[in-house]
Amino acid sequence: MSLIDALYTFMLAGFIGFEVIRRISPLLHTPLMSLTNALDAIAVVGAIVLVGKRESTFSTVLGTVAIIAATSNVVGGFLITDRMLRMFKQSRPTKG
Amino acid sequence: MGSVSDNAIEVVYLVASALFILSLKWMSSPATARRGVLAGETGMVLAIGGTLLHHGIVEYRWIAIALVLGIMIGVPLGMVQMTAVPQRTALSHAAGALCVTLVGTAEFYLRSPDVPRFMMAVLSAEVIFGALTFTGSLMAAGKLQEILPQRPITYRGQNLVNLSLLGIAVALATYLVLHPGAKQVFPWMVVIPLVFGVLMVIPIGGADMPTVISLLNSYAGLSAAAMGFVLDSRLLIIAGALDGSSGFILSVIMSKAMNRSFTNVLFGAFGQVQTSVAQEQEAKTVRSATAEEAASILEAANKVVIVPGYGMAVAQAQHKVRELYDLLTKRGVDVCFAIHPVAGRMPGHMNVLLAEADIPYDKLIDMDDVNGDFPQTDVALVIGANDVTNPAARSDTSSPIYGMPILDVDKARTIMVIKRSMSPGFAGIDNPLYYLEKTLMLFGDARGFVGDIVQELAGGRGE
Repeated sequence: MSLIDALYTFMLAGFIGFEVIRRISPLLHTPLMSLTNALDAIAVVGAIVLVGKRESTFSTVLGTVAIIAATSNVVGGFLITDRMLRMFKQSRPTKG
Repeated sequence: MGSVSDNAIEVVYLVASALFILSLKWMSSPATARRGVLAGETGMVLAIGGTLLHHGIVEYRWIAIALVLGIMIGVPLGMVQMTAVPQRTALSHAAGALCVTLVGTAEFYLRSPDVPRFMMAVLSAEVIFGALTFTGSLMAAGKLQEILPQRPITYRGQNLVNLSLLGIAVALATYLVLHPGAKQVFPWMVVIPLVFGVLMVIPIGGADMPTVISLLNSYAGLSAAAMGFVLDSRLLIIAGALDGSSGFILSVIMSKAMNRSFTNVLFGAFGQVQTSVAQEQEAKTVRSATAEEAASILEAANKVVIVPGYGMAVAQAQHKVRELYDLLTKRGVDVCFAIHPVAGRMPGHMNVLLAEADIPYDKLIDMDDVNGDFPQTDVALVIGANDVTNPAARSDTSSPIYGMPILDVDKARTIMVIKRSMSPGFAGIDNPLYYLEKTLMLFGDARGFVGDIVQELAGGRGE
């Protein structure tokens, strides 16, 4: 991938993110943040490749810690986002 | 390379990217939001699975161990109590930034000295953003967990020190771009941003946490995007850009809600301004009321707006508030909640706590939508909120919070404020709302007092 391709990708994704996230109601700002956190932990892919290549002890150690950190974000982030969202309920139409 | 399987993995990453975007799109409404989580999870599993099956991986042992450990840490972090969500979020920003910093560091030592200039520049950005986000987020988490003092810590020349550190880090990065073989310089480019992250968050008080968490969120995203440039991964660039813009938008919303600019939040600590205001309040009088009186006023009302703040979270009063909501609603009182964007310690904090207490989300009304209702409101009940209700923000140009958009609680017919004592709020700013003739102060612990009102309402029913 050339540099300019990468920059295009970054710019377009930035705009998409801006437009999509601007519409999210303040009601869901907390789950939004934990969701983007979990998505951001896709960095784990880079760490996996780094450890898998087994190029040096140094890179394996750093990569292993990196996988642990990112995986905890993936698992914890999706888990808590879903727990939060399950709590959001609309009021029942029946009036008590 | 260039085999079929190379293309296959790119297609998997493409699908994962699309799922990530859909995931955020579906987050826009509570009705579709859980589908959004599912889309995100699917994308993540595809991307990780695809990576594991490919990419010249020769060693699986450490990957497997690390994945298992990560899951073991992640599950409890996903099960924390809702009141602990702000510190959990800060911690996860730290974990994400740690991952990025470590990978960046490892990549540098593997590639040095053959690092092209652009590559070295993005790698530096990755490591600098990652390192300062790591320690900055740990500091924020410590403050939110109250392990560290929540008050802003300031000293003379603070901004100069911070800016110089950042300047040095950028200078080192520039040097490395020109001399990518300088392995002995690299550690300093990690250590200095680590120190900067600590110093950046030290002067920031609890009330500014929503902005800071959003800003750190944005940095975490940017560092991940930079990592995508280094590793030539579109998927990472996209995920990082999405996270970065999300954090950026939230920071802008939070700063606007406090009428402050980014630079103001980062470079000007709150809390030093108010010493002069604190003294003149002694002569003023306040009216207080008992739970019994409060209950009878609430019972007679047609419309009640409850204004929750961080104090409600601290006192864990949300479940008692729910009981109050139930009792009043049953008697035909129209009850809703007014949510200020920066109420609590992170964006949307109050909404999550009240949703946890089973309050329907259509009763949680944003500041802009609820402010017009206050003149028709019989009782505004303020629970653990202070600065976001301070009318001085509208009228008193000398107030440190002048210009901050507030909830117009003072326009309600009667105002009740549950508060421990008359001591000023977190930012230390006196609130003229408390001295209005139509304001009743309900002194006590938020959970205890709401509990007493609930008891009065429930007990008084048979009479």
